[in-house]
Amino acid sequence: MTHSALTPTTAEEMRDVLAYAAAEELPVEILGQGSKRALGRPVQAAHVLDLSRLSGVEVYEPAELVLTAKAGTPMAEIEALVAGAGQELSFEPMDFGPLLGEAAGKGTLGGLIGANLAGPRRIKAGAARDHILGLDAVSGRGEIFRSGGRVVKNVTGYDLPRALTGAYGTLAVSTLITLKVNPRAETSASLALNGLSDAAAVAAMCAAMGSSAEVSAAAHLPEGICQRLGVAGEDRPGPVTLLRLEGFGPSVEYRFANLARRLAEFGPAERIGDAASKALWQAVRDVIPFAGSRNPVWRVSVPPASGAELMQRLRSMMPVEGFYDWSGGLLWLQMLDGEVHDVPLRAAIADHGGGHATLIRASAATRAAVPVFQPQPAPLAALSRRLKAQFDPKGILNPGRMVADA
Amino acid sequence: MVGIAMPAPDRGVLARRDEIVAALKAIVPGEGVIDALTEMRPYETDALTAYRQMPLVVVLPETVDQVSRILRYCYENEVKVVPRGAGTSLSGGALPLADGVLMSMMKFNRILDIDFPNRAVIAQPGVTNLGITRAVEHEGFYYAPDPSSQIACSIGGNIAENSGGVHCLKYGLTTNNVLGLEMVLITGEVIRLGGKHMEAEGYDLLALMTGSEGLLGVVTEVTVRILQKPETARAALVGFPTSEDGGRCVADIIAAGIIPGGMEMMDGPAIQAAEDYVNAGYPRDAEALLIVELDGPEAEVDFLLARVEEIARANRAGYLRVSTSEEERLVFWAGRKSAFPAVGRISPDYLCMDGTIPRRELPRVLAGMRELSVKHGLRCANVFHAGDGNLHPLILYDANKPGELEAAEAFGADILRLCVAVGGVLTGEHGVGIEKRDLMPEMFSEDDLKQQQRVKCAFDDKHLLNPGKVFPVLHRCADLGMMHVHKGQLAFPDIPRF
Ligand SMILES: Cc1cc2nc3c(=O)[nH]c(=O)nc-3n(C[C@H](O)[C@H](O)[C@H](O)COP(=O)(O)OP(=O)(O)OC[C@H]3O[C@@H](n4cnc5c(N)ncnc54)[C@H](O)[C@@H]3O)c2cc1C
Ligand SMILES: Cc1cc2nc3c(=O)[nH]c(=O)nc-3n(C[C@H](O)[C@H](O)[C@H](O)COP(=O)(O)OP(=O)(O)OC[C@H]3O[C@@H](n4cnc5c(N)ncnc54)[C@H](O)[C@@H]3O)c2cc1C
Repeated sequence: MTHSALTPTTAEEMRDVLAYAAAEELPVEILGQGSKRALGRPVQAAHVLDLSRLSGVEVYEPAELVLTAKAGTPMAEIEALVAGAGQELSFEPMDFGPLLGEAAGKGTLGGLIGANLAGPRRIKAGAARDHILGLDAVSGRGEIFRSGGRVVKNVTGYDLPRALTGAYGTLAVSTLITLKVNPRAETSASLALNGLSDAAAVAAMCAAMGSSAEVSAAAHLPEGICQRLGVAGEDRPGPVTLLRLEGFGPSVEYRFANLARRLAEFGPAERIGDAASKALWQAVRDVIPFAGSRNPVWRVSVPPASGAELMQRLRSMMPVEGFYDWSGGLLWLQMLDGEVHDVPLRAAIADHGGGHATLIRASAATRAAVPVFQPQPAPLAALSRRLKAQFDPKGILNPGRMVADA
Repeated sequence: MVGIAMPAPDRGVLARRDEIVAALKAIVPGEGVIDALTEMRPYETDALTAYRQMPLVVVLPETVDQVSRILRYCYENEVKVVPRGAGTSLSGGALPLADGVLMSMMKFNRILDIDFPNRAVIAQPGVTNLGITRAVEHEGFYYAPDPSSQIACSIGGNIAENSGGVHCLKYGLTTNNVLGLEMVLITGEVIRLGGKHMEAEGYDLLALMTGSEGLLGVVTEVTVRILQKPETARAALVGFPTSEDGGRCVADIIAAGIIPGGMEMMDGPAIQAAEDYVNAGYPRDAEALLIVELDGPEAEVDFLLARVEEIARANRAGYLRVSTSEEERLVFWAGRKSAFPAVGRISPDYLCMDGTIPRRELPRVLAGMRELSVKHGLRCANVFHAGDGNLHPLILYDANKPGELEAAEAFGADILRLCVAVGGVLTGEHGVGIEKRDLMPEMFSEDDLKQQQRVKCAFDDKHLLNPGKVFPVLHRCADLGMMHVHKGQLAFPDIPRF
């Protein structure tokens, strides 16, 4: 239903577009590279606000660990730039291309902040929201505002940059974003435990996270999932539990030995070296085992220790397969019968310590009919609506993206 | 009060004091309501003691239901409320209002759940920061954000101020270590955000609440992440002939990919004061002293300390000692940790400022501060979190000398303006409160501030929670809600395409 695209090249042009759209009450769909439009709720808007011409890194200072870039800058460009200085975005933004059956390596900085991306390192380094320092944005009122700053320690005023992270462009359109970057680890290795049940694996992961080994990723792949990672040499048949260690060489060796001792009761530790370890974690991050299908995929966040119990319960209720990241706290689920099962899924989560489920892959019709994001209790939903109204009183920014009618 | 004006008290509310006190007593029985002048005295200020104000009445609720009923009563009767934790705020955030209820959360002092497998602790907001670590250290865990006030300050106050400490560089601020919370809105509605799982759904209201300085809601329960204590920690004490050398060393350490557990710097006057006070063995001839602490697995710490030594020597370090025992490490820190009382000994009063700058601007800012010191005729000592560019200039003055407090305030404001001018911010960890409120326009435009205040309106449309703090001008929410766009008056070449 899209009729036209607007491609502002400056924040001022963006302001003029949105001020006009607000005055005319014309909703717009905000797109980075638009690579992931097949996700979330379909937006109800006649016009597209395309950010691709608002692109370019403005400042990158490796010694200050900060980077400032325009919102439409491709992530590929940013990742290559910081890699050149031995740095990275330590929240490991995932690539959704493979899971959604689209090209890999796409996405913009604005889209990353809009969706609050995070990869397996979430358990140690946090998500995008933990790394944003400041932004310039235009509200649905057509006003430019700035918030945060370019320094890591800042409590001056409300934390709007974090509040806009994960808002899917429904509060404001960011134009310029400042992020914290971090040194890239000198080397890495993974410790693999083979053949564990889900429950034992979650226990092992929680024990590892509660040790001083500084585990930077912890995933469990039940029987049959590992082969589907598409990583050469990793075609082991049974379940495998992976724990990643990163850092300076001697440190990784030392921690590996300690961790293996600490987890001895769970079986012998196998060591996976730097290159193979990197390939494995990228595949886990990008949910490669569920690529190449059209079945519904859910992303479920729960207290880590309840992951296995919840999974067992779900298996008894519906045809589902899944694997665990974030030490058991993140479950990736694929519904094998093509149904979404949202109601029983969310009920089971509520029974097992609480958390939330987000529908990541489903047809547009399904995504319009089923709440993609976890429904909120009434007072919280009302507060969220009031917040939205303060940023975007005319409801012109991505209407329908997060919830129906808003 | 000096310098800073507060909103004029509402005479109507003052006149209704008896009625308000009676209503609160009906909600919180027994000693939970304090209305006698002498007993309210301990609440008239926080740690920014230059400012004092008696509240209308003090209330100390014990249950969430009481908090909810108090706030609903205040909402319906248009009475202002100032939440208070331990009262250690350095920016006047907990300063009472003459026509406002002061609500102390210190009876919410229990730890509700310790969950080692999920590495989470659920605590009431009045539990002290150190109290959380004390409750989990027998299993080798701790709570990472460590403000110097940790023995006294409350975890609720930490949320409200997004507090940090020496460990922030590596382990993040409060906002990076909070998983969930329960809060009560001014309407009395109880809302839960997040939990033991990562990533709350919907808008990140947890982020908005963290650092909201008591203006958005009252925190009644907190879920925080706990970490396993690092295996070991060792520190290097490095003296430099100039602050430029020290600043470059800090940058080089970070550029080498090393993120220390803590990296603190002191300038000449601070070194002298600290050394006189604790005899830590600091080099008195150094112009800048750096403490670099590395924590983690033993093998890593040893390996990295060697690299830090190399980097320090390359930056003309004149003095270098690495701790060889836990006792020695603590001695290194003793001077830094007692820098405030040490400075208290050489001056009757001091003002502790708190700005953050990009690290590379350190030499320029230190030079600027020396000039300002001459301009205002007051001495200044510097201790700061060098790793993240968070400065804590201590401005020395004597409150008994007429005009000195005003000069100190003017000096402080000039320092913060300088921080903003070099690309930094007005406050790194102490909050805006009343102290930096009137400087907000140095950093933000009118539109920036309006958008922030609109956030406030979503939570508190009558401006009853802690008004007069953070924002220099109070706008009515109705005015903030107006849209100033008019059809057809906006020039944009692509308009016909709509
Ligand atoms: C329901 C859902 C859950 C998702 N969960 C995850 C996840 O957990 N991890 C993950 O890695 N990826 C997740 N994604 C995918 C994520 O959307 C894309 O990977 C990423 O946005 C790619 O960037 P893009 O430029 O192609 O984004 P687009 O598809 O163009 O935009 C993504 C979102 O951000 C908004 N947006 C884009 N630019 C701006 C801007 N400048 N200012 C404000 N808003 C803007 C868009 O309106 C849209 O809502 C999720 C997506 C959805 C819809
Ligand atoms: C000697 C000293 C050293 C310090 N060192 C540091 C440091 O290293 N790092 C640092 O960050 N800070 C430091 N501080 C400042 C202070 O300790 C922190 O800001 C602390 O977080 C305040 O906590 P509190 O419980 O004392 O809060 P209070 O002072 O009582 O209140 C502070 C603010 O929080 C609000 N508030 C309190 N409780 C709640 C609640 N439950 N719900 C909603 N709002 C609430 C109040 O309204 C007020 O705006 C130091 C202070 C002192 C005196």
